[in-house]
Amino acid sequence: MAVEMDKAAVRELIARRAEKEIESGYYVNLGIGMPTMVANYIDNDKEVVLQSENGLLGIGRSPYEEEVDPDLINAGKETVTASIGAAYCDSAESFAMIRGEHLDLAILGGMEVAENGDLANWMIPGKMIKGMGGAMDIVHGSKKVVIIMDHVNKHGDPKILKACRLPLTGKGVVDRIITERAVMDVTEESLKLIEIAEGWTVDEIKASTEADLIVSDELMTIQSNT
Amino acid sequence: METNMKHIHTSFQEAVKDINDHSTIMVGGFGLVGIPENLILALVESNVKHLTVISNNCGVDDWGLGLLLENKQIDKMIGSYVGENKEFERQVLAGELEVELTPQGTLAERIRAGGAGIPAFYTPAGVGTPIAEGKEVRTFDGRDYLLETGLTADVSLVRALKGDKHGNLIYNKTARNFNPMMAAAGAVTIAEVEELVEPGELDADQIHTPGIYVQGLIEGQQEKRIERRTVRTHA
Repeated sequence: MAVEMDKAAVRELIARRAEKEIESGYYVNLGIGMPTMVANYIDNDKEVVLQSENGLLGIGRSPYEEEVDPDLINAGKETVTASIGAAYCDSAESFAMIRGEHLDLAILGGMEVAENGDLANWMIPGKMIKGMGGAMDIVHGSKKVVIIMDHVNKHGDPKILKACRLPLTGKGVVDRIITERAVMDVTEESLKLIEIAEGWTVDEIKASTEADLIVSDELMTIQSNT
Repeated sequence: METNMKHIHTSFQEAVKDINDHSTIMVGGFGLVGIPENLILALVESNVKHLTVISNNCGVDDWGLGLLLENKQIDKMIGSYVGENKEFERQVLAGELEVELTPQGTLAERIRAGGAGIPAFYTPAGVGTPIAEGKEVRTFDGRDYLLETGLTADVSLVRALKGDKHGNLIYNKTARNFNPMMAAAGAVTIAEVEELVEPGELDADQIHTPGIYVQGLIEGQQEKRIERRTVRTHA
């Protein structure tokens, strides 16, 4: 039986599940939009350094009004604070950290992901191109790339495909996909369904996924409550 | 007598006089953070046309490089994200403005390479995507990389927190961003600094941009507009 959820609940469920990808001691880059929300759910017991590709290693919480510093923003251009022990750097250095695979994890949004790990998340032909920002670098730079997104688009069509139709951001770069319905890993054969959200059946997930899914022998229910 | 003291400009108009029609310029900043506000305003006033501008973004509709766009001074823009600006979209769709989108890390490295005398380098960013079209792909250790070229400019306009009269610069927090690489990649680099000090006043160990890269400085008051004021409220 399919589950109806409002947009905010979907985002929270995905963000809470994505938080479980983060281990204490990790250096993590969170993409703009829903991935940035993941920071709100990071367990207090975990010691994590968040990297912002404009040039901050150690993003802190949002500032109080009186703490706002116009020279201190994250990659989404939002005012932030620096965490204790943070470091600033220039943008060439911040991308050296990324490209040099010094980050443990990147959590990014996606428009389409293919079963071979291809990712499309930056342009829709016919619409004005805004630019890729740092996404094309980040997908090659982290030890693990996790994509978080809605399982289907607003028309109900699959976003997890046999092959991406939109222009790519990166080829074969995705390790794991987290949606409000399922968690899937990119493997040699195809996508492996490893977790399924409460209220969904494997058949329903398969029906809303174009890519071929292999079902894990140890299929689990998504744990996203904290 | 020759001296290592840099030209200290007294007017922003004079500071941008090396920028002419058809110049290629780099302008520091990420969003509106770290942009040389007054040098941009002077460039708008100078009315030079047909500029090629290298900058991560292109300002917003009424501030930063958006002002140059509005005044139709830019022929070509090289950047990584230009989605904050409606006039930009209008000019691109009307065929008035050419745009070269470059992944942000590739852009930063192209500028760094340009300033460091490196003509080109290989990077994994963009392999198998539309930006790879026409670029050399080479395989190292079983992985594909794109050849990207270094970038230089006739003039670079940067902003720093402090500068001394030898041209040594210190930036503030995330206002550093593209400024140090651009300072090195400009044939002429003009630094707009919030505070100009005498040589010796800056700690030599804390300098981000050594003065050799800087040809001129000018002190400027910044507005520091905020694009996305995100705050938390007291409980």
